[in-house]
Amino acid sequence: MESSLAFFYVFAAVAVVSTLLVIAQPNPIYSVLLLITSFMALAGLYVLLDAPFVAVTQIIVYAGAIMVLFLFVVMLLNVAQEETVSEAEAASAGASSGAARGFGALLAIAMALELIWALNRSRGIGTAASVAGVTRQSWSVADIGRTLFTNYAFAFEATSVLILVAMIGSITLAGRHLAEKKPWRR
Amino acid sequence: MASLNHYLILSGVIFTIGVAGVFLRRNLITILLSIEVMLNAVNLSFIAFGHFQGSADGQIIVFFVITVAAAEAAVGLALVISLFRHVETLNPDAFRQLRG
Repeated sequence: MESSLAFFYVFAAVAVVSTLLVIAQPNPIYSVLLLITSFMALAGLYVLLDAPFVAVTQIIVYAGAIMVLFLFVVMLLNVAQEETVSEAEAASAGASSGAARGFGALLAIAMALELIWALNRSRGIGTAASVAGVTRQSWSVADIGRTLFTNYAFAFEATSVLILVAMIGSITLAGRHLAEKKPWRR
Repeated sequence: MASLNHYLILSGVIFTIGVAGVFLRRNLITILLSIEVMLNAVNLSFIAFGHFQGSADGQIIVFFVITVAAAEAAVGLALVISLFRHVETLNPDAFRQLRG
């Protein structure tokens, strides 16, 4: 039980420090990478809270998909600094991109290790819950899925419509060819 | 064993950092990242409440929050891209012509 408290403090410290650095960074690429670090610490906290499936989803969907979308846009727009770009900062941009690459490799290894840890815990939970049956604290993927598709079926369908709307909206907003051609104005 | 208060205090601290980021930074992408930070702080409190209440509802709400965050990020980044095409900057103070 004491090791659990130690894990909590480690993950909490990593989450708070990396989130503070997200806010303090002038370079958006570092901000995105530090935010991925913060999400990984939060995923560790979810594992401690016996929600390993949410932890895996957090790493795969949040850190893997949404943050990559952010990173893609940061690199597409190619604005490294916030407002004032001095000569020294522009000169050190090449070195900083190398440092970002090393940091990214470290992040990938840590993410893989954490995924393995979370999946190990979730396997233990599934067997323990089916054997013990009574007073279980944690929830297997089957339990979550059953609740999601029965009690929350309407919210699930509404979410799918929301994603469709977001997809159409972002294509309409960011698609340049649509704005230029204006096929509806013939 | 960390108690519910530990998790709620941590969630509050992270949420406050996110709010500070929205108000202090002058970069549209960092502002969107701060919104993600706030959503994650809320997710943490949902999971902590669900764990200490012994119910799965907290985890399910977190899935919906993640989905909404994905939709919000897609639309927000599309807006950032189309704004950047017009003004060539990410400073929100540059978009004053949106005022009525």
